[in-house]
Amino acid sequence: MSSHNVSAYPVEKKFFTTGVKILFALFGIGMGFGLYRFINGLGTVTNLNNQYPLGMWIGVDVASGVALAAGGFTTAALIHIFYRDKYAVVGRPAHLTAMLGYTFVAIGLLFDLGRWYNVWHPALPSMWQGNSVLFEVGICVMIYLTVLYIEFVPIVAERFIGHSPKWIDSILRFLDRILDKIMWIFIILGVLLSCLHQSSLGNLMVIAPYKMHPLWYTPLLPLLFLVSAIAVGLPMVIFECTLASKSFGCRLEMEVLTPLSRIIAVILGLYFFLKVGDLTIRESWGYLFEGTYQSNFFILEFILGIVVPLVMLLMKKVRESPWLLFTAATMYVVFGVLLNRVNVFFIAYRPKYMTEPYIPAIGEFAVTIGLIAALMICYRIIVTIFPILPKVEKS
Amino acid sequence: MELTRRNFLKFTAATGTIGVSGAVRKASAHSGKPVSPDWLGVLVDTTVCIGCRKCEWACNNVNKLSEKSITEFEDKSVFEKMRRPDEKSYTVVNQYENPNDPQLQYYVKVQCMHCNDAACVSACIVGALTKHPETGAVHYDPWKCIGCRYCMAACPFQIPAYEYQNALTPQVRKCTFCFDRINEHGGLPGCVEICPVEALTFGKRTNLIKLAREKIAKEPDRYIDHIYGEHELGGTSWMYLSGKPMHEMDMERFGERSIPSYTEPVQHAIFKNFVPPISLFAFLGIIMKLFKNHDEANAEKGGTQ
Repeated sequence: MSSHNVSAYPVEKKFFTTGVKILFALFGIGMGFGLYRFINGLGTVTNLNNQYPLGMWIGVDVASGVALAAGGFTTAALIHIFYRDKYAVVGRPAHLTAMLGYTFVAIGLLFDLGRWYNVWHPALPSMWQGNSVLFEVGICVMIYLTVLYIEFVPIVAERFIGHSPKWIDSILRFLDRILDKIMWIFIILGVLLSCLHQSSLGNLMVIAPYKMHPLWYTPLLPLLFLVSAIAVGLPMVIFECTLASKSFGCRLEMEVLTPLSRIIAVILGLYFFLKVGDLTIRESWGYLFEGTYQSNFFILEFILGIVVPLVMLLMKKVRESPWLLFTAATMYVVFGVLLNRVNVFFIAYRPKYMTEPYIPAIGEFAVTIGLIAALMICYRIIVTIFPILPKVEKS
Repeated sequence: MELTRRNFLKFTAATGTIGVSGAVRKASAHSGKPVSPDWLGVLVDTTVCIGCRKCEWACNNVNKLSEKSITEFEDKSVFEKMRRPDEKSYTVVNQYENPNDPQLQYYVKVQCMHCNDAACVSACIVGALTKHPETGAVHYDPWKCIGCRYCMAACPFQIPAYEYQNALTPQVRKCTFCFDRINEHGGLPGCVEICPVEALTFGKRTNLIKLAREKIAKEPDRYIDHIYGEHELGGTSWMYLSGKPMHEMDMERFGERSIPSYTEPVQHAIFKNFVPPISLFAFLGIIMKLFKNHDEANAEKGGTQ
């Protein structure tokens, strides 16, 4: 790690801006509904039923959360495995997003689990269930979350060595020295675990062949999830860097983001061909025109989430313009991945005995939005304390 | 949705991405997992059932599901619309038209099928759902359960129901096959014991298949030549004899391939003796080393990069 010297600094800006106050309000509303759910049960806050056991909290908070936190492992691979030093500047913000992203996946999961206090059960060897796809996802996410926190230790050390009481100082120095030698293990482990659980997340719904809409149901789901996660990691970095530079006034590193967008175009192109190839081989194009809400959601995902951002990223003008690049990245993040996970987890899910399609309740929206707000507040606090972002530009 | 299945087979055959598909097809009835000849089952004769709903009442009593009195179970107006089992009723009976005799109706009792190779058992993250090795009942242990409800998403028959209104100790609820009763020698499930017309026959699954074949052979006009559950999804403990196809009576038409055989081969291939993950780790390590050397060589040559 020490070979990649990053000049990052804590943000020195007023904390309680209007934006932060709004975030706190959203967080408060969400936690109100959340508390109500813990006291009165899932049925009082959600629209889940016996036909639709998995809803918005699994589709958005968990499945999309995991996908959108992929920036952590893609940038880690780019910077520390492929030694692309010039991207080092986006490494720390991406890592922080991943760390917080996965933390909130775990927190979000607690809201959804009926017996949330048993969430640690999959860690008990006596309850390991090697046939379960969900078990693999769970165990990989647990270990990866630990790895992400270990990878954050050097940043803590950088901030507090020389600025803390002697005993803390010596512990930090000790940890930093050891981690410097073995960090490569954790970096590779993080990439490996990510590849495993990002793909297995796609395998989750393969278990429902008779319930899933054929536009999405394919044995290729694990591969599609993995490729789309790798592809979304870097757009998330662009999305995040643009927002951070807007709110904190730090420099937008276009000389980093433009070459980054070329890599995105390649991976997104691969994803596009996999999707097209999959539909062609399964002869499923016909379902596009059936006019159901499923086919409409698929068209929305495919055009706005894959075709449009891909075409945009292939243009030099887009890659070099901060706002066009931000637009292309955001389109893929929102329509290509977020909508895809929502589609796979509950739009495509159409069980035989359903009486009406599942539409998330207000309480479900409130909790999800509240958790996202909490994540952003944590991000804001951490970039204020720790050296994560590049130096603020003097105007 | 046979389309999906057909497409899947075509797909795997065309690309060969999942090398196990051939094996899966051959072993479709049991998907390679051991099936005990001693496993118990129930044969439901939908042409004999008179729709008295006594089984619903017995189930309610044995499993202490609600305070409902027997008179509430005598109400025939419930047949006006199709009902599904839920967290307060492990079994329900639905009524269907009989094309052979408009005076008589067919009745289909619905409950957990206790699959030979059950999707819920394969899905469960902590092994709270298990296939009991002696009886073949799909058994639920609420103390292990974390309440993720993935079993409900996995079940092709949409049987497991959830106690969404219970805040602290919600459970997945479904027919237990009266596990505590059948696990003792000579015990019968509540529904089988009460059935006044012997529409339900309890016994070893292998014997029930023989019995079903004899019944079909004896009265070929009464039954269609198909035992629903003999091969469906790898076979189920509960099986049905009927006068018209079961998919015309709200049961889904399924292929013979068990649900876990869609996901488990992929899962096991990824973790085969941990070889693939360790190989990927080593591969990434080598790339890291190569690029590091390259990086250092560049730094020496060019000074500042």
